[in-house]
Amino acid sequence: MSNPARLPLLSVQDLRVAYPAREGGMTEVVRGVSFTLGRERLGIVGESGSGKSQTGRAIVGLTAPGGVVSAAQLRFGDVDLLRCAPEQRQALRGGRIAMVLQDPKYSLNPVMAIGAQIAETLQAHQPCRAAQARRQVLEALAAVGIEDPARVMKLYPHEVSGGMGQRAMIAMMLIASPELLIADEPTSALDVTVQLQVLGILDRLVAERGMGLIFISHDLRLVSSFCDRVLVMYAGRVVEEIAATELHRAQHPYTQGLLNCLPQLGASRHPLPTLDRKPEWAL
Amino acid sequence: MNTQPAPLRQVSQAASSWRAWLMSDRPQSRRQAALGRWYAGWRSFAANRLALVGLGIVGALVLVALLAPLLSPYAPTVGELGQRLLPPSGSHWLGTDDQGRDILSRLIHGSRITLFVVVLVAVLAAPIGLLVGTASGYAGGWVDAVLMRITDIFLAFPRLILALAFVAALGPGIENAVIAIAITSWPPYARIARAETLTIRQADYISAVKLLGASPLRIVLRHVMPLCVPSVIVRVTLDMAGIILTAAGLGFLGLGAQPPMPEWGAMIAAGRAYVLDQWWVAAAPGAAIFIVSLGFNLLGDGLRDALDPKASQ
Amino acid sequence: MQASARFALVIVVTYLGLLAVTFFIGRVIPVDPALAVVGDRAPEHVLQRVREEMGLNLPLPQQFVRYVGRALQGDFGNSVLTSNPVWDDIRKTFPATLELATCGIIIGAGFGVPLGVWAAVRRGGLADHAVRVMALVGYSVPIFWLGLMALVLFYAKLGWVAGPGRIDVAYEFSVQRVTGIMLLDTAMAGEWDAFRSALSHLVLPAALLGYFSLAYISRMTRSFMLNELAQEYIVAARAKGLSETRIIWRHALRNALVPLVTVIALSYAGLLEGSVLTETVFAWPGLGLYITHSLQNADMNAVLGGTIVVGTVFIGLNLLSDALYRVLDPRTRDTRRGTGS
Repeated sequence: MSNPARLPLLSVQDLRVAYPAREGGMTEVVRGVSFTLGRERLGIVGESGSGKSQTGRAIVGLTAPGGVVSAAQLRFGDVDLLRCAPEQRQALRGGRIAMVLQDPKYSLNPVMAIGAQIAETLQAHQPCRAAQARRQVLEALAAVGIEDPARVMKLYPHEVSGGMGQRAMIAMMLIASPELLIADEPTSALDVTVQLQVLGILDRLVAERGMGLIFISHDLRLVSSFCDRVLVMYAGRVVEEIAATELHRAQHPYTQGLLNCLPQLGASRHPLPTLDRKPEWAL
Repeated sequence: MNTQPAPLRQVSQAASSWRAWLMSDRPQSRRQAALGRWYAGWRSFAANRLALVGLGIVGALVLVALLAPLLSPYAPTVGELGQRLLPPSGSHWLGTDDQGRDILSRLIHGSRITLFVVVLVAVLAAPIGLLVGTASGYAGGWVDAVLMRITDIFLAFPRLILALAFVAALGPGIENAVIAIAITSWPPYARIARAETLTIRQADYISAVKLLGASPLRIVLRHVMPLCVPSVIVRVTLDMAGIILTAAGLGFLGLGAQPPMPEWGAMIAAGRAYVLDQWWVAAAPGAAIFIVSLGFNLLGDGLRDALDPKASQ
Repeated sequence: MQASARFALVIVVTYLGLLAVTFFIGRVIPVDPALAVVGDRAPEHVLQRVREEMGLNLPLPQQFVRYVGRALQGDFGNSVLTSNPVWDDIRKTFPATLELATCGIIIGAGFGVPLGVWAAVRRGGLADHAVRVMALVGYSVPIFWLGLMALVLFYAKLGWVAGPGRIDVAYEFSVQRVTGIMLLDTAMAGEWDAFRSALSHLVLPAALLGYFSLAYISRMTRSFMLNELAQEYIVAARAKGLSETRIIWRHALRNALVPLVTVIALSYAGLLEGSVLTETVFAWPGLGLYITHSLQNADMNAVLGGTIVVGTVFIGLNLLSDALYRVLDPRTRDTRRGTGS
């Protein structure tokens, strides 16, 4: 029996996600992803279709119906995610593994008040009396930097700005004190100035609570400034795994190409570099 | 390795070369492109078995209506009073009604009336709806507001009751029933045509034609309307079942085709007096209405799925 | 223009339009409107009197104004058949239709919504197929024919339910008419035999209307639910670890309810229309039967009065569904945007 304290927070080995193809057979969108995660920050970077979001969703157990998830190993602490009962998986979601989605315009229930939605997560994992729940919701909203939590609690999602909605989402997902947070493009739908604020909040909360974080994004620079380690994905595979500080020493031509494409203030680059994709990267 | 006999092989080779021509990615002429599009549309339609069933039923209706005198074993309006209310048998497949007339023959001839009503209503209502909708959508402003108010008023009415009221004023009869139903049928087509027009009118090619000096009438008639036609056709086909049911309802109430015309709704009404014992008199025409409506519904669903796959679930 | 003022204007215009159409049908289409009202066997002096009453000598716009004024007061003229004011006749017959349509919608929505939810959640399952088939049949079968066949089967052959009519002749005059709704009146009077008889007569026509309503509502529920279940907030709800039951009913259905309420209101309106034919088959003494009887006897005032009443109920139902939409969907209410980011 391994000591749970020694086990990595998340252990992924040869994760594969496949969907039925239109002509029959299956198409793999995640093709053998492996990594381990402790109480640290991991960034997963890739373009659209690289499989990064699918990886995140497979870990949480939210693969779309029809998708088939398989892995040599997919463990959260001492729980075998693939072989445990669905009820156990459901209890883990929100309680110990949380996921923040991209656009609060679509990922918050439009007909439910924000406070009610946050309280719902709490009641699902740590049931308590209504007054107690209300107190904790107010605390959660304050923790994400919302200045008038009592007023915001009663608002509906369409009545708040994008930044505030995303903060409410973070509060909603973190209120039951999970250990692992998977953030799927959490700032991609926000204005640049608001992005930094929300990232700051995530930064603080993850550090305060000692959570593990998987930060999924298409923005290499953002990820490298925020995370300890970076996984670069292309066509369903991990093509590079590197510490954020070592990024300039990336080996794989795709990563180098991405770094090369990043615009630099004060340097004139003519013609603008583009990514020259080699077919062998997709093998 | 080819096990087909030689002539069959030739035919199948010819067919597959036709198919290749139709589905080619690089059509050499406008005709080839247009035919190719039709073929692709047909293929996606035909993949849906239920849609084919619907097409078959509608086709059968047309055939039966056209060949009615040849197909019906007896005359539809002549009855022998000594043969009243006979149950289905070898000589009268669906039995006889209260005036000794063969029900099957009456059904067959009644298909003509059904087809007549359906075609006429479509021919009257669809163009009106198309015209009103495109004019409203293209002109905008107060023309749009007025026309849409009128459309809404008609839409606010229950179709059957409004048709009843019109027939009350016009008098019973098959032509008046057709007019009444057509008057109550055009609003949804106008709505659809308007919605499409609003989208189309933003397009660049409309601006291009305007720059070339085309008059609004020409733009609407030659450029906007043809693009609205597919949606309207789908809606009309889906509506046909409703039109048939409304016509049958009017006939049932004695307001449609007048006796001795073998209109299916009127036949049900006539059979109603005897339904508790001789139920087949009313059963057969109702079953016919059901089958034909079902056919149009399946056909309409199939057309909609083929033309706008997003609409299907 | 203020939203509510615009709203009111639309209602007024629609209602005026309704009256305009019936005016057109009653006054403009017939060659001699007075003749259309009294019938061709009426004596000359009756014809003249009706001409005066209808103001047929006045110019058309003035006639319309009088017509509207009278209609707003509920004066639809007198029925040629019964010699009563049409409004009185309608008041007597409308509750019966109301009773029938309401029972129909309770069946239709009560069974249709859960069925639609089930069909959406278990795609390709039994409920899914059932919904599709029932909807197809419901859109294709003539309601009056189905009613007739149902009468033959369940009344004549099986004897499970009572036949045409609203209540057994034995009880017909013993029930005190309070609301006009037989079930309520008999229950309130404690006349349980009469209640059972009324119920037995109500079952078949209500089930018939209920079926058509169910076919439509279940299909639309399924469609709306499928739409909602594909949304991101459902993924987020799952990520919160909520139970699937809660997600389906408290999240997906709650959102689907917004357009669904309009569908139910529309269906109710459709039942009022369907009752015209159903009441004929079941000899149910409601508004539908009144209109068709009047039609067959060329009683124009009654037909148009009934049409106006039904049309008004339609407009009312549209209003109701708009109001409910506002209540159910917070996005449609007037709100002030939250400040800050």
